[in-house]
Amino acid sequence: MSETTAGTPARRAVPIWVQVLIWAGLIGLLVILAIGLSRSQRGTVQPGERVGNFDLTLFSGYEYNGQAQVSLEGLRGKVLLINFWASWCKPCEQEAAELRSAWAYYKDRGDVLFLGVDYVDTEPEAREYLKKFDITFPNGPDVGTRISQMFRIKGVPETYFVDREGILRYVQVGPFSSEGQIRAIVDPLLQ
Amino acid sequence: MITKLPGSRPGLASFTFALLLLAGLLIALPLQSVRAQEPTPTDDEVNRIARHLYCPVCENTPLDVCPTEACRQWRDLIRQQLSQGWTESRIQQYFVDQYGARVLAEPPRTGLNWLVYVLPPLFILAGVIVLFRSLRSWRAQASDESPKNEAAPSSEAPADAYVARLEDELKKRS
Repeated sequence: MSETTAGTPARRAVPIWVQVLIWAGLIGLLVILAIGLSRSQRGTVQPGERVGNFDLTLFSGYEYNGQAQVSLEGLRGKVLLINFWASWCKPCEQEAAELRSAWAYYKDRGDVLFLGVDYVDTEPEAREYLKKFDITFPNGPDVGTRISQMFRIKGVPETYFVDREGILRYVQVGPFSSEGQIRAIVDPLLQ
Repeated sequence: MITKLPGSRPGLASFTFALLLLAGLLIALPLQSVRAQEPTPTDDEVNRIARHLYCPVCENTPLDVCPTEACRQWRDLIRQQLSQGWTESRIQQYFVDQYGARVLAEPPRTGLNWLVYVLPPLFILAGVIVLFRSLRSWRAQASDESPKNEAAPSSEAPADAYVARLEDELKKRS
């Protein structure tokens, strides 16, 4: 049995509005934390998902059909190979020759397009890289990292294969080992 | 056969004309002042700006201490921009435009980023208020208890009674 001791000042209860405010703030913080954690845990865009639209401004000299900018929506009907790379990326150099020769194989078809997206790079070094490896397919910088964030890439090189309907069909993380590997992925998408 | 006019010297006239023309051209050409070349920005000047930027690739690594090749290229870019007379804010804006706001050491004060600046001081303030109120209530309790202790001799009998009762209860349970 509890006994109140005479003379002890009664404890003032915290006002209800303060309690509500504190709880609301804590719950709000937890929600923000949960959203942030779930976003960071999401992997790259997965095969089967529709790829969102993006615009890529191309380096001068690497235009597509005379256009300095391409939009994914405008490329519907083509099989796309979207390659994320950077001049400072050593593994990217390993696949440069494979990409070059694969592009030489497909470029005259008209229904296959290789797009290079230069990730957090500087233009002079990027151009030097393209020239060094004799890459001729359309290339442009990922300004503001918007495109790489849309694909949620984890690093470079990463390559995304998109079918004629705009659906992602295959993701290659790391460099290609051969031209044949690229063709083995692209050819089924052409049928 | 060319007929010469009496008294004329065509060779001298042509030479004089050419000389006058050359002089006129030289005078008409705009003179460009020779400017002293801008000195190359020092590493300290570059790092002063790089310190406020983060490597877009390596997480949580300031650009001035990042050892990678990519970071070296970005520091060279800052050096080039400084030599062109770019201000620090313009360079920072360029990096934000190119690589996103995450390159900034300080998040921009937009959208939910405001929480980063507002919440910590609020929490500290709340903690100070809670601490202040707690200390005040402890002090009030302590000052209430001290008059009770001074009055102890007059209430010794009840206190002893309570103590005796407590001891009885404890004996029963032991």
